[in-house]
Amino acid sequence: MTPIEKVEGRAIPFGLKNVDTDVIIPAKWLKTISREGLGKGAFETLRADPDNLFDQPEYRQAPILIAGDNFGCGSSREHAAWALGDLGIRVVIAPSYSDIFSGNAVKNGILPVVLPQAAIDRLMEVATTDPIHVDLDTQTVTTPFQDRFTFEIDPFRKMCLLNGLDEISLTEKSEAAIAAHEKKIASDQPWLIPATL
Amino acid sequence: MTRPRTLYEKIWDAHVVEQRPDGTCLIFIDRHLVHEVTSPQAFAGLRANGRTVRRPDLTLAVPDHNLPTTARKDAAGNRLPIVDMESAAQLAALETNAPEFGIRYIDATAAEQGIVHVVGPEQGFSLPGTTIVCGDSHTACHGGIGALAFGIGTSEVEHVLATQTLLLQPTKTMEVRVEGAVGPGVTAKDIILHITGTIGAAGGTGHVIEYTGSAIRALSVEGRLTVSNMAIEGGARAGLIAPDATTFAYLKGRPYAPKGADWDAAVAYWTSLATDPGATYDKTVIIDAADIAPSVTWGTSPEDVVPITGLVPAPGSFADPSKQAAAAKSLAYMGLEPGTRMQDVAIENIFIGSCTNSRIEDLRAAAAVLKGRHKADTVKWAIVVPGSGLVKAQAEAEGLDRIFTDAGLEWREPGCSACLGMNPDKVPAGERCASTSNRNFVGRQGPGSRTHLVSPAMAAAAAVTGRLTDVRELID
Ligand code: SF4
Repeated sequence: MTPIEKVEGRAIPFGLKNVDTDVIIPAKWLKTISREGLGKGAFETLRADPDNLFDQPEYRQAPILIAGDNFGCGSSREHAAWALGDLGIRVVIAPSYSDIFSGNAVKNGILPVVLPQAAIDRLMEVATTDPIHVDLDTQTVTTPFQDRFTFEIDPFRKMCLLNGLDEISLTEKSEAAIAAHEKKIASDQPWLIPATL
Repeated sequence: MTRPRTLYEKIWDAHVVEQRPDGTCLIFIDRHLVHEVTSPQAFAGLRANGRTVRRPDLTLAVPDHNLPTTARKDAAGNRLPIVDMESAAQLAALETNAPEFGIRYIDATAAEQGIVHVVGPEQGFSLPGTTIVCGDSHTACHGGIGALAFGIGTSEVEHVLATQTLLLQPTKTMEVRVEGAVGPGVTAKDIILHITGTIGAAGGTGHVIEYTGSAIRALSVEGRLTVSNMAIEGGARAGLIAPDATTFAYLKGRPYAPKGADWDAAVAYWTSLATDPGATYDKTVIIDAADIAPSVTWGTSPEDVVPITGLVPAPGSFADPSKQAAAAKSLAYMGLEPGTRMQDVAIENIFIGSCTNSRIEDLRAAAAVLKGRHKADTVKWAIVVPGSGLVKAQAEAEGLDRIFTDAGLEWREPGCSACLGMNPDKVPAGERCASTSNRNFVGRQGPGSRTHLVSPAMAAAAAVTGRLTDVRELID
């Protein structure tokens, strides 16, 4: 997972509330076998409109997405986070998220920043013309116009994102304990290991 | 003496690898079942990070979700291609990933192939007291043999493949006790539909449900798997039924089950897992088996259950305003008027199958109703999909396939089929299906499809009359 510390770039002033995962990535994309390439399906329904925000030249490859309340609600599909990542999004800024989505975002190296609606409104304005700067280390979002918003984040999630640690790497630190458990099974309950047929 | 513990607590305690300060535990996973839909990205993730499968010996893969249930081989025995390109790609990915990562694999055309939750217990791969995971929410099924089993997402599939563990919070426990004997025509499916209607679709949220009581003890293993399968429909991530002599008799001699002295040691251990006298559950619900009728759903939530003798409810009959709104929406989708007798609802499609009801006992129950009868002309599509190739062979040995085809039903190859709209078996928009599956959600059996969840005997009865029917009228 690519670590996140500072992200600077254009932010897509999307702003919609209650965007569910079906809007982020429609169900027909769930039959893929890869995590890559889902960016093509991201916001597919909205992008059917040629004037959509996502395909404007200034927002292509923009690393930041600004959204409204309850972003990522609906089905728990992890494809939503994969699609955003594949689109090039590293940070989402919104007033709130569905729990499952924010968990999936962090697992996939995307920082979900929570800011109050007033801050979102201001950032939406800036985003139409200028880049935005997100600093995870200092937990701040700043603009070229002296705006400075601080945000809260769970310390564990922050540590994972800063170090690019996925959950598997963290569990791998418990190698000794896992190996000890396996040894115990092998000696106490050898019948637990299925035979080779 | 240690404090009295429930079955859940005993299994949990035996699998804690490490406990974190916040109470989260790293839990060892004894069995990982893998299918073609939720695994490709997990394997891709392993590959991208240079990881291997830690315990290929504890992992078993079998394709099921989007295999067509029509013939898989031509007359010459050559494998037929899958027309849908994405389904074909998912199957091809599993066929590449299984050997590359060295995991056990059951081929799409093997006699043992079937729905992952039918195959696990049937092969003796799923065992009592084990922790079992699979990227499918009906993994709860394996709780029927006394395993702590639950569904996981793709990231977790990758985590288990790489580490054979999961990071989990302990959950609360709920006991659902069903006492007494059920009446004629009432099956395990009716018991779990009745339970779901009683506790509600969120009744078990945050809990693991242990099903107890004489009516549960009296069930065969097949019936117990049906009950535990739908724990998730009651909001619980897992269901459990204590392993007993019935369970041991079912598992003995199965390919992956322990043998010889190992078997005796295993049985002794499994016997010790039953909930101790004096152990407490966070919640208990008691149900009188005599109150359970052959049951059917009317809406788009699995809690929307009425006895077959009942009526379509009026939204205003519910106390909760949000349930009133949901019921009104459900009825509009289902095209039903309040006050209609359930037995007057005409049915155009019949699906007998899914991991809930595709085992030999389910097929026998359906065949008993269909024997010597024919489906109604108004029933356009009626399929019977055995849960595995072994169930199929057993049914054919008993002549059940002939009973189905003589009655005008189609006899198919094993797979998930019309349980979910992912393979070619779909219910047309606006049409009804009497289905033995587990979910009646909007669009679950295909866009616009209208599902009525029932037991296999009830689905067979509906096939005969062309409407939802009280099976007791056909078996007396
Ligand atoms: S039959 Fe249905 S519920 Fe069961 S595993 Fe297949 S899709 Fe899931």
